[in-house]
Amino acid sequence: MKKSFKGRAVVPGTASGEAVVSRRGFNILASMQRDLMGKKAEVRCSDQNNPDAFGRALSGRILCLPRTIGSTTGGMVLQAAAALGKAPAALLFSEPIDSLAAGGVILAKVWNGRDIVTVDGLGDEFLAAVENGAAISVEADGIVTIETA
Amino acid sequence: MYSPTMRLTEDERIILEGGRGEALRKAMESVVRFGDVFGADRLVDLDHGVHLVTSFGIPLLGPVFDMMDELIAAGLETPEPFTVDPRPYDFANVPVGPIERLVFTKVMYAKQKDYEAQLRKVGLKDGRAFTCACYFDEVGNVPKRGANLAWAESSAVVYANSVLGARSNRNSGVLELMCGIVGKAPRFGFLTDEGRQASWIVELKTTGLPEAQLLGSAIGMQVVEDVPYIRGLDRYLGGTLDDRAKDYLKDMGAASASNGAVGLYHVDGLTPEAKDLGEALVRKDARVYVIDDAEIERVKAGYPMMWKNADSKPTRCFIGCPHLSRAQLYGWLERLEALLSAAGRKRVAVPTVLTTAPDVAAAFRADAAAAARLEATGATLSSICPLMYMNNPLCGKKPVITNSNKLRTYTKARYYTDADILAMVTGGRA
Repeated sequence: MKKSFKGRAVVPGTASGEAVVSRRGFNILASMQRDLMGKKAEVRCSDQNNPDAFGRALSGRILCLPRTIGSTTGGMVLQAAAALGKAPAALLFSEPIDSLAAGGVILAKVWNGRDIVTVDGLGDEFLAAVENGAAISVEADGIVTIETA
Repeated sequence: MYSPTMRLTEDERIILEGGRGEALRKAMESVVRFGDVFGADRLVDLDHGVHLVTSFGIPLLGPVFDMMDELIAAGLETPEPFTVDPRPYDFANVPVGPIERLVFTKVMYAKQKDYEAQLRKVGLKDGRAFTCACYFDEVGNVPKRGANLAWAESSAVVYANSVLGARSNRNSGVLELMCGIVGKAPRFGFLTDEGRQASWIVELKTTGLPEAQLLGSAIGMQVVEDVPYIRGLDRYLGGTLDDRAKDYLKDMGAASASNGAVGLYHVDGLTPEAKDLGEALVRKDARVYVIDDAEIERVKAGYPMMWKNADSKPTRCFIGCPHLSRAQLYGWLERLEALLSAAGRKRVAVPTVLTTAPDVAAAFRADAAAAARLEATGATLSSICPLMYMNNPLCGKKPVITNSNKLRTYTKARYYTDADILAMVTGGRA
């Protein structure tokens, strides 16, 4: 079965891959600092306060979240991850995007030529419908499709 | 080329099209895209220097440091000098063991010196500009009422908006520097009159003036990122923004910004916009949050215990997150002396660090008698960022106590009221 949702394309583009779901606010610094510092090839979520995403690979995945939270350095961490090719392939927000995430994806695009495909305002139903590991595809017009079992 | 949604002036459009060089184009495009995401109608000129949140050279931000090099190579700097958050370590006044020191200088903040050199090249005010409380008179980054700003440090943003009546959004790190470089900020949110309207009324019904750090925490957790209009606080603080009122609001605001995400509050009869506009600032559909003694107690009792062993003896106490004002420094000195004397002790029982801006520390130390009195208590004066200090995994595991609700929120430090902190560090028990 397929379920589709429409949001606003903040950084338009196409992406497809495996979903990583954060049901609560996603703390960028707490999630990505450990493996970026450790120069790991792939960044896994290291935020113990986020049981949904903890331990899951983020690089190249489709991160589904309500919004980001935490330190205002979060945007810079996201930019750094993107520049190193270790950021998620897409960020899909159920709520309107917050300023930290917006700062990060914009800086990555403008300064590093790296697009993290970003869609916001997908609604609570989107986050309720998506599960960790689900196959997701994103279209340039902000249409997000989840393959459900 | 990026096609903006907002209206741009001819000059802004030339910059966006690369007419003044590639680095300035990128800075402009960052600012314009950011504004477009949040529905800004245009850019406004900054009326005052920016304040940066990122003060630490953490190697994982390598791509950010490369971006700084691009700005420097293009000869770009902010038109007005800027200030930046406090440094992450201060070995002279906050001593650490050899392994912790190694982690600070070779791992966590290995790029500190390089990054500070970059900051100086793009417009840093001077070597004393490292503080979260840049708005102290001694530091001098003090915007006037109505000034358009682009600041990032959350405790400074909420102070500038609320106490000074200036206008800044809660900017993402680096975006504030981009705004500083182009000298403009996108107009949305707190830069507009409608964005400064309150959607909450906070009714203060406590039997006395609550601890600033607890009141701010309660407000932040309830209203999260909305604007509260606080009634009943002027009963205790009066109707004038004197040192006592400003210091109280500084600490209350920092707690509301970190325990929630408050960027602006109004205090009935006290803060500038509330004095002029009163309840015209309150939206018709505003909700009401009543805070009484029981509510303050409920909030305090809800803080999780983050220490492995709750009975550990504290090994350090931080007072001053956000940094202490000069009046607060003298206040802590007098209370430490009085309590030590009452306890029959000469020096503090827990290593205690009072943190303040470098310029305020210099002014305090210039009063040689006061500096000698503080030294006699055993407490030290530093301009460190306690939060960055606690980010060192080795330091973060130690039993640290604090009167800061912000430090409690972001680290494993344990929060106590001012009175309890005083009792503990002077040898009594909380």
